[in-house]
Amino acid sequence: MTYVSRPPGADGAPVLDPPIPSTPAHPARHAEPGRGRSKPHQDRAGYLFLLPWFIGMLFTVIPFFASLYLAFTDYNLLNAPKWIGLDNFAEMLRDPLLHQSLKVTFVYTFVSVPLSLVAALGVAMLLNRGVRGLPVYRAIFYLPSLLGGSVAVVLLWRYIFGLDGVVNGFLGWFGIEGPGWTSDPGYSLTTLIVLHVWTFGSPMVIFLAGLRQIPVIYYEAAAIDGASPWRRFCSITLPLLSPIIFFNLIQSLISSFQTFTQGYVMSGGPANSTLFYNLYLYQRGFSQFDMGYASAMAWMLLVIIAAFTAINFLAAKYWVFYDN
Amino acid sequence: MPIANPAPPEESFVERVGKTRRSRYTKHVLLCLVGAVMMYPLLWMVSSSVKPNELIFTDLSLWPAKWDLGNYIDGWTALEQPFTVYLVNSFVIVVLSIVGNLVSCSLAAYGFARLRFTGRKLFFTLMLGTMMLPGHVLLVPQYIVFAKLGWLNTYYPLLVPNFLATNAFYIFLMVQFMRALPKELDDAARIDGCGPFRTFWKVIMPLCLPAFATTAIFTFISVWNEFFGPLIYLTDSELYTVPLALRQFIDSEGQSQWGQMFAMSFLSLAPVIGFFIAGQKYLVKGIATTGLK
Repeated sequence: MTYVSRPPGADGAPVLDPPIPSTPAHPARHAEPGRGRSKPHQDRAGYLFLLPWFIGMLFTVIPFFASLYLAFTDYNLLNAPKWIGLDNFAEMLRDPLLHQSLKVTFVYTFVSVPLSLVAALGVAMLLNRGVRGLPVYRAIFYLPSLLGGSVAVVLLWRYIFGLDGVVNGFLGWFGIEGPGWTSDPGYSLTTLIVLHVWTFGSPMVIFLAGLRQIPVIYYEAAAIDGASPWRRFCSITLPLLSPIIFFNLIQSLISSFQTFTQGYVMSGGPANSTLFYNLYLYQRGFSQFDMGYASAMAWMLLVIIAAFTAINFLAAKYWVFYDN
Repeated sequence: MPIANPAPPEESFVERVGKTRRSRYTKHVLLCLVGAVMMYPLLWMVSSSVKPNELIFTDLSLWPAKWDLGNYIDGWTALEQPFTVYLVNSFVIVVLSIVGNLVSCSLAAYGFARLRFTGRKLFFTLMLGTMMLPGHVLLVPQYIVFAKLGWLNTYYPLLVPNFLATNAFYIFLMVQFMRALPKELDDAARIDGCGPFRTFWKVIMPLCLPAFATTAIFTFISVWNEFFGPLIYLTDSELYTVPLALRQFIDSEGQSQWGQMFAMSFLSLAPVIGFFIAGQKYLVKGIATTGLK
């Protein structure tokens, strides 16, 4: 590293004389080039920049362990938490409402997540090949995913699927007498699954971005070799897109396990048919103030989510393909 | 903005060869069909909001046979408070949340993306970990703390976390964006005598405006729709946000003022739709970047 020196001899200074440190603020930083020159300095700056985050982490880490503790207690906000060991978990084993809420949440997740991902990928494939009017289509398909979780849309859903709602009106045109979608326990969860599939837009946008990164020459080479479109999809698109499918799958699973508003607005549904896990947790914790039980439930959900994420990561070895 | 623009879609050899006029039409027909089905519920809501009550479930056409704008006027005052109160409350919370997220998350993101300090990797991993953490695990203890602080039935539990960079998703989004900026910018700023704060403020911040726009829009939409937090923390109807106000339509089971309900529901969605149309570019780019890297 050379300093730009003043013209030689202009004021009698020798060539390559280091510049006069008129601003001696950080001589050390200028003086020693190379690795680690600014480490101690940036330590302090780094921690300063992260200060809000550190305080925020206190609001995360401490409650995290506190709720683990509360899971083993009987606590109703008024009296001090009382240690009851595994009683909460024992109760969970025989609580029929908890089993119902698990069933609802699992059925909802395992039906709606694959359906919405398939829809997302399908429409993304249609949109991928330079369709005219792409921004308009994308906007139309993406917008519902921003509204799907709102109270207004779930309310709307209740009436669209109501006994004499629009859906049954359409079915009536074909001579089908539709069921009471929201009043029949056998159908009420279906309406929410349809609502979930309606919000396929956000994974679709991610798929679109991913599809665009697949080099076009692969398809050209395959086409020259006579591969059919289906073959190209299976042998090029799917493997190269698999990291993104994986990301979308994990994201959708995690958020779907935590569904709340849909169940709440449906008031838990007839015969608790839309009693989602988090809705039941809310009822126990914030209607009955059974905070110990609610914490135990929250931890069980964490374990379930962690288990499914771990299984997915293990399975990923066999189907997710990383290019580099 | 010159930075991080994805390459424009190019039409490839295969596409040019393989694309017949008929397949192109089929594709458009298919897309329009799916689009129509997707849009129908929303359009039906708008149409129902201007129909007289008795026509809502009998007249299936989207164009009202008879108009009744009274739904908006009567719906405005149908709930415990005039709808203005809810709208103002929601806007206050949304605006402050946006400010909080932008300030705290951009600070944290700059630290993670551009500074070297001891423990950075560890903290970064921790931050990513919190992104996966289901919120309900923290719910009960946080509720207890907020109760002890006397913050129940105030906006603090909804706002303060946003000023403490608790939204790891936005930090992550900004980190991704900042990492894409050339490292030489920081070096140049340092040689010119800028400390990390000046570099952040004068060099990095102005370049990150697209990422900030994405964060602001995402925050707007998620906070505007947020239901659970207000539900457990707010009890007085003067403090209710719009979604919480709409809940009153659920409770009054057997009510028959559907037109008013759809009118107010549509009003509650209109700002989201507006923000979406205005900021679509940033939204799409934002979720695309977080998904890809």
